Amino acid sequence: MSQPQPIGSPLVHIAGVEKYFQRGAEKIHVLAELNLAVAPGEFLALMGPSGSGKSTLLNLIGGLDRPTKGTVTVAGERIDQLSDRQLADWRARHIGFVFQLYNLMPVLNAERNVELPLLLTHLNAAQRAQHVAAALALVGLSHRAKHFPRTLSGGEQQRVGIARGIVTDPTLLLCDEPTGDLDRKAGDEILDLLCALNREHGKTIVMVTHDPHASARASRTVHLFKGQITNEAVK
Amino acid sequence: MKFAHLIWGNLTRKKLRTTLTLLSILVAFVLYGILCAVKQALIGGVELAGADRLVVRHKVSIIQLLPESYQARMEKIPGVAAVAHQTWFGGVYQDPKNFFMQSPVVPEDFMPMFPEFLLPPDQLKAWQQTRTGAIVGRNTADRFKWKLGDKIPIMSPIWGQRNWEFDLVGIYDGAKKGTDTTPMFFRFDFFNESRSERARGYVGWYAIRVKDPAAAAEVAKRVDAEFENSPAETRTEPEGAFVQGFANQMGNIALIVASILAAVFFTILLVTGSTMSQAVRERIGELGVLKAIGFTNGQLLGFVLAESCLLALLGGGLGLGLAWLFAARGDPTGGMLPLFHLSTGDLVTGVAIALALGLLTGIFPALTAMRLRVADALRRM
Repeated sequence: MSQPQPIGSPLVHIAGVEKYFQRGAEKIHVLAELNLAVAPGEFLALMGPSGSGKSTLLNLIGGLDRPTKGTVTVAGERIDQLSDRQLADWRARHIGFVFQLYNLMPVLNAERNVELPLLLTHLNAAQRAQHVAAALALVGLSHRAKHFPRTLSGGEQQRVGIARGIVTDPTLLLCDEPTGDLDRKAGDEILDLLCALNREHGKTIVMVTHDPHASARASRTVHLFKGQITNEAVK
Repeated sequence: MKFAHLIWGNLTRKKLRTTLTLLSILVAFVLYGILCAVKQALIGGVELAGADRLVVRHKVSIIQLLPESYQARMEKIPGVAAVAHQTWFGGVYQDPKNFFMQSPVVPEDFMPMFPEFLLPPDQLKAWQQTRTGAIVGRNTADRFKWKLGDKIPIMSPIWGQRNWEFDLVGIYDGAKKGTDTTPMFFRFDFFNESRSERARGYVGWYAIRVKDPAAAAEVAKRVDAEFENSPAETRTEPEGAFVQGFANQMGNIALIVASILAAVFFTILLVTGSTMSQAVRERIGELGVLKAIGFTNGQLLGFVLAESCLLALLGGGLGLGLAWLFAARGDPTGGMLPLFHLSTGDLVTGVAIALALGLLTGIFPALTAMRLRVADALRRM
């Protein structure tokens, strides 16, 4: 269970994290002695070239992977010590994901896609429908609720992805290159939406991006290179 | 149930592939149902055989006749409660394809011996009063649309190569589900007097009712001992063994059916297993997304298993349903398989096989889905 957060303490606290992958006899270091804190309500951008470890760091924060060494604490809970089952439950309660390629289920329409995380809650069908409608309204897609992903544009699909990410009102929204597959106009709309979620709804967002234009919208940008933080910029 | 749309959506994602797999399973289960009905027709009589009845036939072969006079001697053997004889008539009605069993019997002996044949008392009385009278089972009466009072010509290639004409005085029903109601029975006295003088006084085989079923083996020995070293030695066995032996003339039916079905289901196992594996491989990324959202390993295992079981149960259910409809129309051979029907036991076994098929074909892809590492799976989206 989450511990109560002392006022001013970070929502995400990463301390001395190392991560390496074993490829045959070779040990590939992805993150090295990394420390990072994310405050509640912050909009953090993680930037860096390919292979710098930003997606791996996002996976660690989201409980999709475990560090080789160090601790990952989110909302007062040491998630690096949780079992697979506990991590799955924890993700369902605390994390909303937004992916670069939207990752919607092609066999489900927009509202069914948004409903997916709610299937893991105790809400009944009517309550789930209410939450789904609210999330779709928030991303401006109420009129496309019955549409399947193949009939939606990239920007619309990403909005559905965001609605799915926020429908359970998660503690943390993690976005992996959310504008990476969109043109500038659609990308800007998505960034506007993320900014609004951060500003008006107080959502804490951690976003991985290659795009300086996107990172400029975040309240803080952290640059990674070869698994280490090389630079930080606060807006 | 709240996951039903997800499971159904995945199942119908590749409609052509799912339909073809479904059809493969359906055909396998239609074959299963029909083969079970054939097996039932050939050896089902074993299950229906009376536990307290013995059959006495000529020691050499069933086609060798036994003297009618044996009946009186059998009735005196300790442990014997009643005796009735039958004889193979082997006739056809109008056309050789209209074959069904006919047998001359003594009504007063025969009806008490076989209580599974239900004949109204007034019809029994009419039979006893009509020398040329015959009774027939409901199945055959319906098949040829016979009614009481009809004159039935039966051509027998064995007994005189001529048409025998009978008066239909009774139509009997079966007391149990599966009782064979195709045979026709007529009076032995009429038959005996009408055949050639050389054949008179002989019958095909005897049925014996024993006083104590537990002592049936002992009684059988006594019967055979009674006629030992006579010109017509006997072989006595339980009715079930007699029916089984009759069916086994064609081979071990159960083994043949089981072998065919094993080959069919092994093939279907490979076809469905391959389909399920491919279906899971194609959506590794989506499974990763579900895991990222918070679905547990157990839930993903359940989804894939539910999908494969649903596919197998749908195909199996439809196949069994078609087979049942086919079998419900009765004997497709026009008399060679009078007990042709799909039993409830075989239907239940069919459903169990479908479920096992679903579990077996789903378990390996399901384990693959369960063991996926989320980060790896997401990279394959």
